[in-house]
Order: sequence, then C-alpha cells, then structure tokens
Amino acid sequence: MRYLPLSDADRKAMLSSVGVGSIDDLFADIPEEVRLTELIDLPRKAGEMDVERQLGAMAAKNTAASAVPFFVGCGAYKHHIPASVDHLIQRSEFLTAYTPYQPEVSQGTLQYLFEFQTQMALLTGMEVANASMYDGSTGCGEAVLMAHRVTRRSKAVLSGGLHPQYRDVVHTLCRLTEEPVETLPPDPTGSEDIIAAIDEDTACVVVQTPDVFGRIRDLAPIAAAAHEKGALLVAVVTEIVSLGALKPPGEMGADIVVAEGQSIGVGLSFGGPYVGLLATREKYIRQMPGRVCGETVDADGKRGFVLTLSTREQHIRREKATSNICTNSGLCALAFTIHLSLLGEAGLMRLARINHENAIALADALESVDGVELLTTAFFNEFTIRVPGKAADILESLVEKGVLGGVPASRLAPDQDGLEDLIIVAATEVNTAEDRHAYAKALKEVLS
Amino acid sequence: MAEMKYTDDHEYILVDGDVGTVGITKYAQEQLGDVVFVELPEAGKVFSKGDEAAVVESVKAAAEVYAPVSGEIIEANGDLEANPGLVNEDPEGGAWFMKIKFSDKSEMDGMMDADAYAKFVEEQG
Amino acid sequence: MSMNRGGRPTSAAGSSNIGHPTFTGNKALQIEEPLIFEVGNTGKTGVDLPEPDGKEDRLGGLERKEIGLPGLTEPEVMRHYVRLSQKNFAIDAGVYPLGSCTMKHNARLNEKMARLPGIGDIHPLQPESTVQGALELMSTLAAWLLEMTGMAGVALSPKAGAHGEFCGMAAIKTAQLAKGDARSVVLVPESAHGTNPATASLLGYSVRDVAAREDGTVSPEAVREALGPDVAGIMLTNPNTCGLFERDIIEIADAVHEAGAYFYCDGANFNAIVGKARPGDLGVDCMHINLHKTFSTPHGGGGPGSGPVVFSEALAPFAPVPYVVRDGDVFSLVETVEAAEGMKPFGRQTAFHGQMGMFVRALAYMMSHGSDGMRQASEDAVLNANYVRAGLRDIMTQPFGDQICMHEVLFDDTFLKDTGVTTLDFAKAMIDEGFHPMTMYFPLVVHGAMLIEPTESESKASLDQFIAALRDLTQAAKEGDTERLTGAPYYAPMARLDETRAARQPILRWSPDRPAEAAE
Repeated sequence: MRYLPLSDADRKAMLSSVGVGSIDDLFADIPEEVRLTELIDLPRKAGEMDVERQLGAMAAKNTAASAVPFFVGCGAYKHHIPASVDHLIQRSEFLTAYTPYQPEVSQGTLQYLFEFQTQMALLTGMEVANASMYDGSTGCGEAVLMAHRVTRRSKAVLSGGLHPQYRDVVHTLCRLTEEPVETLPPDPTGSEDIIAAIDEDTACVVVQTPDVFGRIRDLAPIAAAAHEKGALLVAVVTEIVSLGALKPPGEMGADIVVAEGQSIGVGLSFGGPYVGLLATREKYIRQMPGRVCGETVDADGKRGFVLTLSTREQHIRREKATSNICTNSGLCALAFTIHLSLLGEAGLMRLARINHENAIALADALESVDGVELLTTAFFNEFTIRVPGKAADILESLVEKGVLGGVPASRLAPDQDGLEDLIIVAATEVNTAEDRHAYAKALKEVLS
Repeated sequence: MAEMKYTDDHEYILVDGDVGTVGITKYAQEQLGDVVFVELPEAGKVFSKGDEAAVVESVKAAAEVYAPVSGEIIEANGDLEANPGLVNEDPEGGAWFMKIKFSDKSEMDGMMDADAYAKFVEEQG
Repeated sequence: MSMNRGGRPTSAAGSSNIGHPTFTGNKALQIEEPLIFEVGNTGKTGVDLPEPDGKEDRLGGLERKEIGLPGLTEPEVMRHYVRLSQKNFAIDAGVYPLGSCTMKHNARLNEKMARLPGIGDIHPLQPESTVQGALELMSTLAAWLLEMTGMAGVALSPKAGAHGEFCGMAAIKTAQLAKGDARSVVLVPESAHGTNPATASLLGYSVRDVAAREDGTVSPEAVREALGPDVAGIMLTNPNTCGLFERDIIEIADAVHEAGAYFYCDGANFNAIVGKARPGDLGVDCMHINLHKTFSTPHGGGGPGSGPVVFSEALAPFAPVPYVVRDGDVFSLVETVEAAEGMKPFGRQTAFHGQMGMFVRALAYMMSHGSDGMRQASEDAVLNANYVRAGLRDIMTQPFGDQICMHEVLFDDTFLKDTGVTTLDFAKAMIDEGFHPMTMYFPLVVHGAMLIEPTESESKASLDQFIAALRDLTQAAKEGDTERLTGAPYYAPMARLDETRAARQPILRWSPDRPAEAAE
C-alpha cells in the first residue's frame, strides 16, 4: 500500500525483535469479545486514479463560484487569491509541520505568526492580537467569555445586526456555560437602540460592522455608552477587507475585536477551514484565549520567537484555563499573512475601493429593476434588497438563469418574521460589468 | 520577636505580633522554575485558612498559594508585579507575597520550624 | 501552595558558536530573514489591481485614511517565506515522533482533491441545489466514520479536537438535563490531556480525579469509588495517554452507565485501534475524532484541524446543528434547532458547516486506504511503537514497567538520574541528531515524560536510525559526555530560546516606535 513503508519481511523481523509471535499479540489487551476479526464493512483500498474519480464525481455536481456570476456573501466572500499564496502554503515545511513547541526548529512558523499578530493589530487598530482562532464565529463566543473574565460580570448583549449563526454560537456557548445573553432581533433597517440595552450588569455588547445586512455601524457612541456602564465593546467584522476602507474598530473605542479572516488568502471551501482573528488591549493579554507568539532572544543573543503566556492555556492551567482551545488555524493564518504581505497597505486599500465601487454599481443596477428596494444606504461591499416575493424562491429561479444572486435573509433566521422578502447581496473585485448586467437582467426576467 | 513557620504546602509565614508575612519557600520556587507572573490579592480581602489567595506562574507551571491562616490582607508586595523573578532570587525575604492580619494563632499549630521543614524537604526526594 | 513540580529551565545559558561567524550572519542555506515590517513599506504591493473609478463613496463618513501595513512585491514575498520555511522541521523532512499527535504522512492526493473547484470554490450559503455533491461528500464521510466506530450518530461541525470535546460534553450535559438531573461532577483521570478538565470546567462541572493503578491504566474499582449520583460523566482516553489500552474499559463503561452517567472517550489515540476494535462496542457514548491525527489531514504548523464527534444511540439526538439529511437522492442541511425533526440538538457550535477542506482530505485518505489499508495502518503503527520500545527498553526507563504498548511508548527520566541531563536536554540533543523531539513532560503524572509515537509512516530503516541515535545519546549522558546535551541544540537555526523573558516581558508584535533589538 503506497503510504505504508513496512514490507512483510520488515514486519516479520520487527515482531521477532519485539518478542511476539503475531501482530495480534500486540492487541491482546483488547477484550476478546470486541476484537474485530473481520475487516470493517467499507470498501477496500483504492489507487489515486480511483479516488480521484470518486471525489471528482462529487465535485462535478457542485457549482463553483468562479463558474457563474457570483454574489453570495454573509460571512464568507469570494475574492481573488494570488497564485503564490497557495504555492507557498503547500511547502512541506509549512504544510507538514506541527505546532511550534520546539522553537529552535520552528522559527518559520513562529516568525510568520508574529508578523500575523502585528498585521492584525494594525488592521483592527488595536494594541495586540493572538495567533488566530478557528473562525470568526467561535472567536466571537470566546470574546464574550473573555469579557466575562475581564469585567467579572456575566451578561452579554448582542446586536440585531450580528450574523445569526454567530448569534446562535454565542447562545449555545452561554446557555451551556450558564451565562445570560440578551439578544436584539435581526435588524435589517439599522433602527435598533442597543445603547438602551446596556446596564450595570452588562459584561459586553457585541456589535458587527458592516452588519449581516451590509450596513456600516458607527461604533463610537456604542463604545462610549458601554464604557460609561463599565462594560466592554466587542466589535465583530466578518468581511476583513472592509478594514481597507473603513475606520477600524480600535479607533472607535472597541475593547475586543473579533473577525473572520477568510477573505484574505483563504478560499471559500464550503465554510471551512477559515481563520478567526482576535485583537484587544495590552492590559487584557492575560485574559486573551488562544495561542500567542512573543519575541525573545536565544542563547547567542539573537532575536527569535516563541509561543508564550502559555499558563493561560489548558495544558497548564487545566480547569482554570482561559479556554479549552488547543489549535489555532495555522496554515490559514499563513495564507492570510502571505496574501496581506503581497497586498500591503496600498494594495489592500485599492482592493477595498474596488469592492466598494463594484457594490455601488451593483446596488444601482438592481435598484433600477422594478419592484426592487435597496435597504442599505451606507455599506462596504454588501447590501440588502427587498424583492416583491419570496427571496428564497427568487434566488432559486436565478440559479436556473445561471446567477448566484445572494443569500435569503430568512435562511439565516427562519424563525424571524419579516425577513422572507430580503436578499443579502455581496459584490467583490471578481465581479465584472457583465456579471452585474447578467444579474440585473435575470432578476428583471424572474420578477416579471 | 519574629518567628518563621513553614507549612507542608511549601509556604512560609513570618509571624510578628498579629501580622504574618506570607510567601513560598526556596524549595517551591526551585520546583516551579523561573517565575514569570504573580497574581496577588488586593488589600482588604479576607480569607479563611486554606482559601486560594494568590497564583504564581512560571513558563511551564502554575501553582495556587493558599492562605496559611484566616485573616485580612493588609498589604500585597507591589515589587512582584514589575519583577516576578524576585521570587527566584529572594523567596523568603524580599519576594514575600502578602501580609495577613490574623486573629487565631492556633491555626498555626502543626506548622514546622526551619529544621523540621528542611527535613521535610529532604524526604520529598 | 499547591505543589507543582512541572517547572523546568526556560531561559537559555551558554553559546552555540562553532567556528568563525560569517559577515552576514547567514550560514549557507540558512538565511537570516528580517520581519516584513523591516523590509517592506506601505507603498509597495505585489498585487496589480485596476485603477478604481473614483466615484463618490457610501461609507457613511467612516472612511479610513491609513493602516501602516507593509507590502512586498512577489519576488520579495517568495524569498521571505521560502527562507522562513527553511527554518522549520516537518514530517516530510524527518522523524516527528510526537506522542498523541500522530504525525503521519500527509498525502498530496488529499491536497489535490481539496483544490478541485467543485470543492474548494463553493460557498456554504449557496442554494443547496448547487452543492449536492458537497452534501453527498459530508454524508459519505459521516457514513465511513459511523461504520468504523460502530456508533449511531455523528456531528461533523466541530472545528478541532477541543471543540469536539466540548461537543461531546455538551451533549452529555444536555442529555442529563433532559432526564431532569443536572449532576455536577465529571470524572477525569490524572493522566488526561489538559483540554479534558478545561472542557468539563467550562461547562460548569467540577472535576474529580481518578488515579491510575500501578500499571498506568484505570481500574474499575477506582471508577466505582468515584462514581455517585452527582457524576454526569467520565472522560477517558483510550488508548490512554501513557500509550496503553484500557483493558477494563467495558467494565468501566458498564459501571458508568449503571450510575446514570455517560462515557466520553477522547479519540486522540484512535490511530491505534482503527479496524481492530470499535468504540461503540466498548460502551462509549461519544468520542471526538481528530481528522488531523488519525486521518492525516495536515497539521499546518498548528492548524486547522477538524474534530467530528460520533455518538451512541443515547446521545445521538442531542448532536448539534447543522447536519446533512438524505431523502432519496436529495441531500439537504438542517441548519437550525427549530428545523430539527426528531432530534434535540444542543445548539450550534460554529457558523457554516464545519471544516469541509479537512472532510475531503480525510475521505481521500479513507478511500485510499480502505478498510484493509486502515487496519494495516493501525497494526503498523502499533508494531512501530513496540519496535522502538524493544530497541530502547534495556537502557531507557518505562514508568509502568516494560509491557506491550499501543501506538506510542512512554519513557520517564529515571534513566537520566544523576547524569545532570534532563528530559529537556535529551530532547534538544535529538534536534542536533536530525529528529524532532518526542512529546515531553506529558502526561504530567510521569516525571520527565517522553512519549514517542512513530506512526505507521516510518520505515524500519528510519526507526533503526532513530533507535540508534537515542541509544547513543543515552550512552553519552551516562558516560559524562553531557555538554552535547545540556547546551543543545548547536546545529539548529536557533539556539535555546529564553522563554522566561518572553513571558516576563511579553512583546507580542512589532512596533514602529520600538528601537530595534540589538544582537550581541
């Protein structure tokens, strides 16, 4: 078998060295009544060609984003990734390395994590960042728990602009850890009064910007109101490219920033693996979850990097750890930092600008279709339209016309009234004028 | 006359009147390795004997420090915030953790003197 | 204080200079590479994008003026990251015997499959009619996992092992609450990985330790003694963290169930028993599986992982959303608790559907190996570990005596007593010899633990080299030739690093206003 180096002769010789007669002697501790004597009822081994055929058949049944005019967003975005990113992350020394617990032979990983942390801090306008989390949604849950630790309070207040699946993650976490959560209902028109919900019991208020409906939120007044009551502002960003055009949460008073980094360097991949980003103030670093990389020197006085502040983590504090998390999103963080190094400030800001302009062009085109109402006035690359009919059905009809037009808001929050006729539409740099024209034309046809 | 007593938790309490200066022993800091952070209680906090009062961390280990007697914290050692390494250099002197004002001296029955503690440590192996 | 003997030296001492230093600081192929912030600038970019139109924005007055991020052109980026990569040890480069990590070969076919446009370039929220193949893939993976483990239900969404632990324990908590019986305690062996008590604690349980018996395994008597009406569940790793199969596991499972509690199994060591025993037959109620360990998805320098959880009949109804259901030829996703028919999901653990990139890699591994190949892999993994044990048992010491191990073998530092050499020194010397060190100082219950897991991916020749090197190092320690160990590594890209300093004065980012660190 192509992945197993031992030959039968090897096995025979090795069994002899070990001093047992057969391989099953090494499994003697398995109680006899549960020892498997037959092969498990699954297909036998297959060559590469065979596996490619099988998985290729499954892949062929799916519509790839690059194949059609594509406008689906809501927390994962189709962006162009330069060829060198994927090439670099496939280098053996990055792909097949483990967590950098032996820093002398892991400076590659450690240095890029240090650079990544710095990039995150600059991007979000915060002082420090960790070495990544699983994704934005689990990072959001961890940020809420962190706010509890910092404020020693337990109530979280969630904005109605928060991605409903992020909201569900926080709800699940807080219910199981027995912490109260107050959630404002989904808010497509941006009319909620979240400040009124903040009181002396509030640990944190969680606000997403741009929100799940695409609306840009000004965090400054919310931050001020939270701080006045001794609470923290957790800012959530699901489209990281927006920070190339918009004032970062750190400049608006956020205490913890949680983001999804998928838009930079990481493909859509049907929802995972992605890369969660968490940044905060220096004074909170000992309450921060996840791995973190720090600078130091070696025995020769040479600058180097190590994982640090490990005593927060579960392998040391066990019951008293800041979180049970072990893994960061290593390779995805690498893809992110490589892509961002290629973009640089100039590239990122231009990329953001193009995204925004494409969204404006698309919004204008769709708004000009009879019956379509644009709900979002201030947006980055995503906005919400109201359509005359059931959004989910209209989108399905658009599929038949070869256009993937967005996400029906009701999919994310099916139990909420008033969302059935809303489509959340994303536009990025990959969309062309032809794509936008195709969408508007198809939508007009479907609605008539 | 100040009196030094040791617990089998590897803490010491230097008793002077009704105030005890508490820290961890030389042996304890050796086992921990280089101390990188100490979390101390605020002055005014009241503990019962055996309550977790402080935490001392090295790079690879963390240990709770328990109140050896019941009482009120009257001072925590501010030097340890900027210089946690002091715990390794002078654990039983300048790197005291906190001063407790206690009322029940009988809680110290069973604590060891310097010789008894030295023997105790030897037996730890 | 609570005595913690887990400390060890974490600041560096001694120099590693051999011969004359070069002018650049480079050593042939080992090139010193500064930070991107020290070589790039905010005006440079390696991506050519069209000129924006310059139309009026709709950013609500919250436009950003500057960021401070450096950029590099493509050739500079390639140099930067290729140079960094050359400082990393990797499975593809040599033996990486980390116990409980299962550093097996990462097949490149798996990478190719993950990059098929129909898999890598699909959005989780596209209409379901456009991703039927993706849902089929998830369904197929779930079926393989269920067959392999003999369990009744599976949650694919947990993003990594610890996330999977949380999933399993959340199902247990929810099941207990559904019975109207909150229960407040979870039993955890002292040898367990720290995530176990951390997860239990997070869910509001207090942790009751279960001591191991002399041979390193858990006794049913100890479990029975610790059980009570307040115990919600037990968290066991099998094979355990000492590399041993818990031979009384069925009796333990029965006792746990009799007491109204559930059995969570940490599946980190599943690689030892795939095709040899099924967790479902052992009485397990839930087990997380590390796709990045047992099923070869790449470790990527620390992630991403994937931690699906398999459930018994008793716990399957509580599996979280989302999950895939099948109606004839049509696959669909159940995405909310409200939409879950006949199930009582405890909620949602992550946005979207889980680590699809890891699902396809794991399935490619499973299809490639098949049931015969996977059983052979487990047998080879166990044989390799025992071969290492056989090669070292006369000179290195095992804490629970010499006995058959599973896929990993555990040594302690007794054999280094009075040599002045620690487990840490031994590990660092292995680096100079061309190996990645084994897992050290874990499990905590053993002094100076060394946990070696070769995996099935090592050839006999490779193991012979490895064993010979460890024998030589042991010999050196015993003969007083200790400097090669206590000052190691000498040949790595860096010498020992000062972890004390990193923790005392945390510097977690580059700053424009900080003066550059001066090298001596």
